[in-house]
Amino acid sequence: MRVAVAGVVALGLVAPIALGLWQTLLAAFGILPALGQSTLSLDPWRRLVSLPGFGTSLGLTLVTGLGATLVSLALAVGFCASVHGRLRPGYAARLLTPFLAVPHAAMAVGLAFVMAPSGWIARLLAPFQGWTQPPDLATVHDGRGVALMIGLMVKEVPFLLLVILSAQSQIPVARQMAAGRALGYGRGLVWIKIIMPQIWPLIRLPVWVVLTYALSTVDMAIILGPSNPPTLAVAVMRWFANPDPTLILPASAGALLQAILVALSIAAFWAGEHALRPIGLWWIRRGGRGLSAGPGLWLASAMALLLMAGGAFAILSLAFWSLTWRWSFPRLWPERWSWQAWTDPFGLWSAALANTLILATLTTALSLILAIGWLEGEDRGRPTLANLRPVWAEALIYLPLLVPQIGFLYGLNVAFLHPGMTGGIASVVWVQSLFVFPYVMITLSDPWRAVDQRLIATAAALGAGPWRRLARVKLPVLLRPLLTAAAVGCAVSVAQYLPTLFIGAGRVATLTTEAVALSSGADRRVTGVYATLQAALPLAFYTLAFVIPAFVHRNRSDLAGAGT
Amino acid sequence: MSLDLTNLSVSTATGPLFAPLSLHVPPGQVATVMGPSGVGKSTLLDAVGGHLAHGFRLQGAVTLNGRDVTNLPAEARRIGLMFQDALMFPHLSVGDNLAFGLPFQLKGRVARHDAVQQALEQAGLSGLYTRDPATLSGGQRARAVLMRTLLAEPLAVLLDEPFAKLNAGLKDEIRAFTFDHIRRRGIPALLVTHDIEDAEAAGGSVVGLQSLI
Repeated sequence: MRVAVAGVVALGLVAPIALGLWQTLLAAFGILPALGQSTLSLDPWRRLVSLPGFGTSLGLTLVTGLGATLVSLALAVGFCASVHGRLRPGYAARLLTPFLAVPHAAMAVGLAFVMAPSGWIARLLAPFQGWTQPPDLATVHDGRGVALMIGLMVKEVPFLLLVILSAQSQIPVARQMAAGRALGYGRGLVWIKIIMPQIWPLIRLPVWVVLTYALSTVDMAIILGPSNPPTLAVAVMRWFANPDPTLILPASAGALLQAILVALSIAAFWAGEHALRPIGLWWIRRGGRGLSAGPGLWLASAMALLLMAGGAFAILSLAFWSLTWRWSFPRLWPERWSWQAWTDPFGLWSAALANTLILATLTTALSLILAIGWLEGEDRGRPTLANLRPVWAEALIYLPLLVPQIGFLYGLNVAFLHPGMTGGIASVVWVQSLFVFPYVMITLSDPWRAVDQRLIATAAALGAGPWRRLARVKLPVLLRPLLTAAAVGCAVSVAQYLPTLFIGAGRVATLTTEAVALSSGADRRVTGVYATLQAALPLAFYTLAFVIPAFVHRNRSDLAGAGT
Repeated sequence: MSLDLTNLSVSTATGPLFAPLSLHVPPGQVATVMGPSGVGKSTLLDAVGGHLAHGFRLQGAVTLNGRDVTNLPAEARRIGLMFQDALMFPHLSVGDNLAFGLPFQLKGRVARHDAVQQALEQAGLSGLYTRDPATLSGGQRARAVLMRTLLAEPLAVLLDEPFAKLNAGLKDEIRAFTFDHIRRRGIPALLVTHDIEDAEAAGGSVVGLQSLI
């Protein structure tokens, strides 16, 4: 069973990425039979470098990607260092869930509404500045990518917080904190000098995922980022979509460059980690008690909270705009409300909603079955295979999250074109599962491995075979984590932009593809409708994942209260 | 019915955990294996019941009524298992926990329900069919778990310090209740403990487990 699942995962996960990268690689060096190109050359690279805006795009990508990741990490660490112990993990998870659930694109649309010259921030400042017209400032799509960095941080800080908090639960934080403080160290400093070095190995991979995403996001960069020239990933996407087919070659080179950029950045983080070790040790050996570090940590927490407040207002403004009829500038509140944006193009958004739901259901079901098969196979596996598990399996699972989507999706599209596999729901389900499965697996594996093995032994001693143990004991006991994993899977599926667009050949319209398309200048009220739905759907899934187990286990106190 | 261990030992990559053990447990008797904590008492029970985790290797044989069960999976051995926490399935009601142990061959919803009710009555738990197991007292849980084990009609029972967490007064009562049921049904049982009172109350042969590491 384990071998079968490993085979499906290897063929389903690794093969498409390898195939896609290979096709991209070929095209990047001038080989694309569909265009009659079959000689190996460096021309695509020369053309890429000479394309207008290339240098700026490259710089923007590095500044926004690395900047957003480093600042998010610093804020998340500072926040944890100063609020540690005052935030219960279960409560924190519930607080952070909405930020994680809302897709990047919906959050970006909302932030664009809030940060725009006619947005809530400007309206709040208007009385003090005496503005009667929206100020003439480029606050969204600004040339330096500040808006994009803010957008990325609003999404990544809560993600990193959750990752750090769950890593913290594996370490005896309270006792180490007491020991450190008894030696005269300030709270925050104990956290940074003692706790953080233990947490880092546990959060390294998630940080790399954040880095990969920040460097290669397309949807967020379209909505918030500089428009001309845009970041590299957006530029590459535009070149791919250009009516001039010869641009596909330099675009492939750009896509490959994007992958190289991500690989180099991860390598830089790895190198930075090793470089920081002696510096950190020197710092720890100096023995500073850090009683003066307080203000810096509080500043980090304040900024983290500010970002989250911005995110909350962004989500709120989506719903507001979708219900607005008239909302003139300096007013904080719409003057007239209307359902018209919802009722008018009803047929349009309901089709996108239906597509989104179908894709979410199918990808999540597929991923969940694979994940259960994988974990159950692990339980039943032979020792020699089980020993291989941690390193390889984890690398395999994280792989799709550590390769930029633009780097292999176009190549995969080319590979799919041959057997005529693009444009159908089935191929979109498959390509979305590449990204849904890892998250489902990551969410489910810890609770699965934490199931009390004596329960399983007891069931076996009572005569229950492996299938009955799975169906009657393991799955029911794991109902809450299973539903949480399903909610995460649905949220990831709803958020997919590039895979849906490329492999769906633009014919599979989802809430996300429509919201991104509408975000460039269409009616805010209509955009608001799509983005609201896009944000509401994952929130609804998370709510169900919370409510269903609470109801099913209402008379089972050992299961009903069990965290997230 | 009898349970026989022949030169049984368990080893990890670093070598055997304890000296090979041979033991004959006649029907209705409770044999006791004693030893300091960490010597591998629970591992011995895992070996007998078929619950050894990957990485452990088993030498010797486990024979049940003359039939070699050493290579059978746990669910095919019909050897009951009881832990010190009186572990119940948290997602099932008390009655459904017991029903989980009923043999598949007992057909019919009513017949199965009645069998469970009868067992609950025997254990002084009547009226608790639909209760959440988390709401039971320690003594109630211990009795319910014994009933669940016996409903599965085991050919032998393994007891992993099942009385260790009970307070003094309750300990005697549950001990008597457990041993009494095992003797009456003529099932061989193997108890591991480091409490000499358990061994005395069990009344069967007592062997010590000798550590090799």
